[in-house]
Amino acid sequence: MVGHKIQILFSPAETGIALRLAIGKKPEDIIAQVKESKLRGRGGAGFPTGLKWELVQQAKGERKFVVCNADEGEPGTFKDRILLTDHPCKIFEGMAICGYAVGAQNGVVYLRAEYRYLREGLVNAIKKMKESNYLGKNIMGSGFNFDIEIHLGAGAYVCGEETALLESLEGKRGEARNKPPYPTECGYMGCPTVVNNVETFCYVPAIMTKGAQWFSEIGTMESTGSKLFSISGDVAKPGVYELAMGSTVDVVLQLVGAKDTKAVQVGGASGICVAEKDFNKPISFESLPPGGSIIVFNKSRDMLYVLKNFMEFFVEESCGQCTPCREGTYRLLQGVEMMEQGRCSIHYLHTLRDLAQTMLISSKCGLGQLAPNPFLSIIDNFKGEILARDRVARNSKKTPVVR
Amino acid sequence: MSMDITVNINGKEITVKRGTTILEAARNVNIHIPTLCYHDDLCISGICRICLVEVDGERTLQAACSIPITRPVTIKTHTERVRKARRNVLELMLANHYGECYTCFRNQNCELQKLAKEYGVDALKFEHVTEPRYEQDKTSAAVVRDKNKCILCRRCIRTCQDFQGVGALDATHRGYDTQIQAFYDQPMADAVCINCGQCITRCPVGALREKDFSDSVWQAIDDPSKIVVIQTAPAPRAAIGEEFGLPPGTSVTKKLNTALKMIGFDYVFDTNFTADLTIMEEGTELLGRLKDLLVDRKEAVLPMVTSCSPGWIKFCEHFYPKLLPNLSTCKSPQQMFGAILKTYFAQKAGINPANMVVVSLMPCVAKKFETDRPEMTSSGFKDVDFALTTREVAQMIKEAGIQLTQLEDSPFDDPLGLGSGAGLIFGATGGVMEAAIRTAYEIVTGEEAPFENLRVTPVRGMEGIKEAEIFIPKALEEWSFLEGKTLRVAVAHGTANARKLMDIVTQGIAQWHFIEVMACPGGCLGGGGQPIPTSEEIRKLRAKAIYGEDEQLTLRKSHKNPQVLKLYEEFLGTPNSHKSHELLHTTYTPRGVF
Ligand SMILES: Cc1cc2nc3c(=O)[nH]c(=O)nc-3n(C[C@H](O)[C@H](O)[C@H](O)COP(=O)(O)O)c2cc1C
Ligand code: SF4
Ligand code: SF4
Ligand code: SF4
Ligand code: SF4
Ligand code: FES
Repeated sequence: MVGHKIQILFSPAETGIALRLAIGKKPEDIIAQVKESKLRGRGGAGFPTGLKWELVQQAKGERKFVVCNADEGEPGTFKDRILLTDHPCKIFEGMAICGYAVGAQNGVVYLRAEYRYLREGLVNAIKKMKESNYLGKNIMGSGFNFDIEIHLGAGAYVCGEETALLESLEGKRGEARNKPPYPTECGYMGCPTVVNNVETFCYVPAIMTKGAQWFSEIGTMESTGSKLFSISGDVAKPGVYELAMGSTVDVVLQLVGAKDTKAVQVGGASGICVAEKDFNKPISFESLPPGGSIIVFNKSRDMLYVLKNFMEFFVEESCGQCTPCREGTYRLLQGVEMMEQGRCSIHYLHTLRDLAQTMLISSKCGLGQLAPNPFLSIIDNFKGEILARDRVARNSKKTPVVR
Repeated sequence: MSMDITVNINGKEITVKRGTTILEAARNVNIHIPTLCYHDDLCISGICRICLVEVDGERTLQAACSIPITRPVTIKTHTERVRKARRNVLELMLANHYGECYTCFRNQNCELQKLAKEYGVDALKFEHVTEPRYEQDKTSAAVVRDKNKCILCRRCIRTCQDFQGVGALDATHRGYDTQIQAFYDQPMADAVCINCGQCITRCPVGALREKDFSDSVWQAIDDPSKIVVIQTAPAPRAAIGEEFGLPPGTSVTKKLNTALKMIGFDYVFDTNFTADLTIMEEGTELLGRLKDLLVDRKEAVLPMVTSCSPGWIKFCEHFYPKLLPNLSTCKSPQQMFGAILKTYFAQKAGINPANMVVVSLMPCVAKKFETDRPEMTSSGFKDVDFALTTREVAQMIKEAGIQLTQLEDSPFDDPLGLGSGAGLIFGATGGVMEAAIRTAYEIVTGEEAPFENLRVTPVRGMEGIKEAEIFIPKALEEWSFLEGKTLRVAVAHGTANARKLMDIVTQGIAQWHFIEVMACPGGCLGGGGQPIPTSEEIRKLRAKAIYGEDEQLTLRKSHKNPQVLKLYEEFLGTPNSHKSHELLHTTYTPRGVF
């Protein structure tokens, strides 16, 4: 099921080797190595991992925490699930190395509620690692202690946002916090906290054993290494693929056997919908931000319907705190419904585009800042299709046009 | 790290302390940034997104209220991007706001309406609600909610949680369905709500209000068979002027009397009178409990806690039912007044109490609930028929076309129109304690309380919790058991502060003998029925007005109030007599927290 173009994450590796290497070094040197690898977070925003660790290492705090974001809530995304199922030791080893580097003794995995069934496997893996003294007290005689707990999520997409995740961990309603202060300074229970994606942690052991240089030579200048993608939709071979950063949309489509492709949603619901003219673009932080999933639509798909699905998702998942996201997602969805019924004037469409632009820059957290992405990219890339549809609907129903 | 940072706002350089928010910095240089979820009294939330500004180096606009300044940045507050974004955010609120300003209690005193005007909204840009989405909740005796007006700024939640320590309200559901609800969407009548009304005074719009009884009061006034009596509490007179454009802290006591007469009230009395009566009753009760303990070596429930704030009473009933015996059994001054009016005064004036309608002008929303308590009928009738807030009475004055600020002065009516300065300061936090000290010290020692100009300063001011110790060097014979003793007292305002004291009392480690609690921040002058807006600044000015008026009076001690003494002589006998107990004291009901 899994087509491997490149193999960092999916290659077998003996647990403990990277950790042993790491705890033989000074924490600063580990951070320097991660920085040199140019590893960027795989949870969406692509924040430089080494820099994040450095901030936490330098932050003052009696306790520090390492949190693994395993909330994987983006529709169509199941790449972290594969890692959680098949490679839990890589995750935990990465977390332990992080803990050693930043000075944290506790790790927490925030596990998506729907992944409850994976919990037992994870707990067993932790137990085994403890038995081998890769976790627990005085790890491999180094004096370094590190424990990992599994915490089940609250079942909301927004809880994947790091500060909402922390709120939820603390037993509160999952809603994004004001930033600053960032989690690196004031995170779980007010302590400096690293929050990284499952996949991000998984690259760390390989970087330790094979070196930063090796890692940074894979991928592009700004986006090094490989990336996991859950690929679904109108393709012959859906599944999770590990591809070098910078692979173009075309290459991906070939690999998965997609035919007659009309559009590709890169980066999940909050990503960008790419039309054929852009299929030669590379998927990387500097071009098409990767996110966790790629959804392929062939020529038979109705793009307005696709958009409606995405917007319904956001209306449902907005935490409801801030005005632009709570009200804006609803107005955009309403606009899509108006287009469906042929009631949306060009003028009102412009008003909504303008609203979407505002949402990008005024929402409190990433959810609302990214929710307009599918709206803007689908409306812009498939204007002809949507307007034609609008006209047909209008002629058939004769409903009055708004303004 | 340097503590001072110089930032540039709209071209103006300003040096601020590290951690100052952009909003505070802008205010320092008189640059106006609109706000809605922000309130001077409350912790920062950053959710309405109306205060957006441009900060160099940031991709997104930043919420000025919630961004601390940590580097020397350049800030712009009205670029095209900012104006457009704010306008869109405002339009989004309006689109989901069932606005009918002319039927709204916040018409012309509404932060949303004001913003719409500021931003020149002349037509709604987005599709918008044209029908109410929710039913109004009118179940509570005190607080009415209209979710159709709610802009989800959550100021009410923060008020109720952080200031009052109640947590009656919370945000439920997600996205477009997000609502402010009581626990399990209970109707307000069933919610764990203490009716303090603090959420009302901090709501920026008309989504929360008090239950309005002004129409019923007009009806009584218009009914020739009814004698309508109003008693006015001390706090409204220091605040009602704000409704008529006067600056906060302008006392209008005697003009208010004139206005109430003009409206058509048959008698205008002063609740300070029963405040003095409360001191007599409560002071006697306290000394009695001390005597039980020190002389008769009986079990006495101490510390004794004041009971004049009905919001506090309900709080105690919900959260500290075990401490109900600590509460003084005295009714609030409002209820004492009702009971005295429908008995003593009715007899004296030859009025059939069945035809008497007792109205009270209160700074308080919880007093509405209090009038409905089944215990409050000791006169044989409902002791107080209608409790009106300062805002409702201001509305009546306006409706009657009366220019409050232009009126001549009038005195209160006899015989229940005389109150001391001690009764007056009941309106400020620490006031009941101060009045009690002025009286108790003098009764016990025969000498005036040892404070310059009778200012018991340790219990004054806006500190959340205040403590004082009063040493009794020598006592009159009857009170000799108190000689050489130190009376320890504490004062809390805002039930979140009361919680702190009560937790100590519950642990059994409290050293105090007497505690004053007022449910509202600042005491009654910050009551939930007072003019909107409120802030610590405004509350301090109101307090100043009250303390200032006290010093202008010659009668400043409750036990010297000749009309109170006469009431005892002619009617009640002695403080805590059988008759007093019947009319002026009450009982409490333990309640759950669900
Ligand atoms: C609405 C929303 C949902 C998110 N969901 C996830 C998620 O499921 N998993 C994840 O790792 N990061 C998620 N993120 C990103 C996190 O906020 C955070 O940036 C990330 O966990 C940091 O890890 P990284 O640096 O390794 O990418 C989400 C962000 C937003 C705004
Ligand atoms: S952007 Fe959306 S999800 Fe994020 S805080 Fe605002 S309402 Fe909540
Ligand atoms: S809340 Fe404000 S804007 Fe809304 S109807 Fe009332 S006065 Fe008008
Ligand atoms: S009236 Fe007081 S207790 Fe009730 S909801 Fe409002 S703030 Fe909370
Ligand atoms: S009821 Fe008022 S204070 Fe509470 S969230 Fe709504 S608008 Fe804000
Ligand atoms: S006032 Fe700043 S976000 Fe509401």
